[in-house]
Amino acid sequence: MPDEIVRTERLCCSYRTGRVLEDISISVEAGDYVGIVGPNGSGKSTLVRALMGLSAISDGAASLFGVPCSRFNAWGRIGYLPQSLHLLNPIFPATVAETVGLGLLSLKRFPRRLTAFDRTKVDAILEQLDICDIRSKLIGELSGGQQQRVLLARALVNNPDLLILDEPTAALDPEMRERFYSLMGEINRSRQVTVLLVTHDTGAIGKYASKMLYLDKRMLFYGNFEEFCRSTDMSALFGEYSQHLMCHRH
Amino acid sequence: MDFIEILSYGFIQRALLAGTLIAVLCSVLGVFLVLRRLSLIGDGLAHVTFGGTAIALSLKLYSASALLVSLPVVLLSSLGILKLTEKARLSGDSAIGIVSALGISAGIILASAGGGYNVDLLSYLFGNILSITSQEVGIAAVLFCVVMLLLSLFFNDLLAIAFDEELARVSGIRTATINAVLVLLTALSVVLAMKLVGIMLISSLLILPAVSALQLARSFKSCVVLAALQGGCSVVAGIFLSFATNLPTSAMIVLLNLAFFGLAFLARRCLQPKSSS
Repeated sequence: MPDEIVRTERLCCSYRTGRVLEDISISVEAGDYVGIVGPNGSGKSTLVRALMGLSAISDGAASLFGVPCSRFNAWGRIGYLPQSLHLLNPIFPATVAETVGLGLLSLKRFPRRLTAFDRTKVDAILEQLDICDIRSKLIGELSGGQQQRVLLARALVNNPDLLILDEPTAALDPEMRERFYSLMGEINRSRQVTVLLVTHDTGAIGKYASKMLYLDKRMLFYGNFEEFCRSTDMSALFGEYSQHLMCHRH
Repeated sequence: MDFIEILSYGFIQRALLAGTLIAVLCSVLGVFLVLRRLSLIGDGLAHVTFGGTAIALSLKLYSASALLVSLPVVLLSSLGILKLTEKARLSGDSAIGIVSALGISAGIILASAGGGYNVDLLSYLFGNILSITSQEVGIAAVLFCVVMLLLSLFFNDLLAIAFDEELARVSGIRTATINAVLVLLTALSVVLAMKLVGIMLISSLLILPAVSALQLARSFKSCVVLAALQGGCSVVAGIFLSFATNLPTSAMIVLLNLAFFGLAFLARRCLQPKSSS
């Protein structure tokens, strides 16, 4: 039986404005590629942030790799890619290599020093993502697509077991978006990395994800893509025609 | 009078040594503060230093003793700024504003109760590096070593938090602890810099070398080195120029830093590749 990477039981999260997530129970197994979709304000980002301890859990329980999220500290097993354009300070003076190297700090103890071996790991991931040629450039000088690749390299450099991506394609054009989802699929298959990907792009992610989680503050659907396509609940939500378009894999 | 002769004076030697150490400290810390958008924390803590100094002077404690009285007051205030941002849901600038106002008003009341503003208090307001004592040089050297050691130990943690605090947390970095380390180190440096450029101009020593380095740096490490170089050079050049021109040293140091920033800005504009559009 595959390992359980993420588990939530009746998870609820609240902000001062009220409940943003209610009664979410999911189980994500090793090797899953989960697309987390839903409208704006549906709690997609809150869910992944709660798993990492960045948003408070008001009720229920959540665990990562079998450890309750409140006690989880094996950060080296996680790679996280936030929305790139929200993140970057354009005057930040770090090079691409320095930025990617920060991803290795999760594997280090105090004082967190990077070694020559760490630098070879950085070079290897830059090569794998085909961005070696920009290793000495400042991150603020790159295009949105390049910055996003750099941040992906940062998330992957520690060879994580779980990759959490929060709307990583928001700044990308449709072609780059397709390439990104495809790259994630390849990483998921070749490295057996479990992927949680938050997106608005219900149609595009369906082609690549093995499971879909549809949220609208509550969990409206969680299952594999075939079940999503057959779900009468989803037909009622999207309409049969839209559901057909989403599920039609070219 | 030639340079060798100027260097033979004890007060110049002390000023050069302590000034360079403090300027390097402030410049390196400034890079992290500017990137965290906490540039004005130096200003806020300087105002608290004014309050601390007024306490020391009202107790008839001068020079190094005044420094040692100000130190705990400023350290506690720096942690107060952090707590205000965390617990009272205030932004950093609001918290700095509150603590700053508290420090300056306490200083004014104490100075007034102690018989008004005297020469000692004014020397802390505008700085008087040439009057630095051997004891103060010793304190500066010890604190320089402590701060630089802590900075080197926490360098990557500070860099990760400056890049993005949430990403740093997901890398297992204890961001609350590192934030506390950063403001405490800043508080230490502000107290030290008080004698160098004065309470009114401390924030310039934290901000100007950092923003100049940000104009030219091609990596994070080079940014830190450039800022430290500018800080050190501005103090050395500032002391010699003020001696030669008989102008206030603190203002000369700040003006030199401004000139360095202007040059860095122009150099960046000239070196930057023009966009093809």
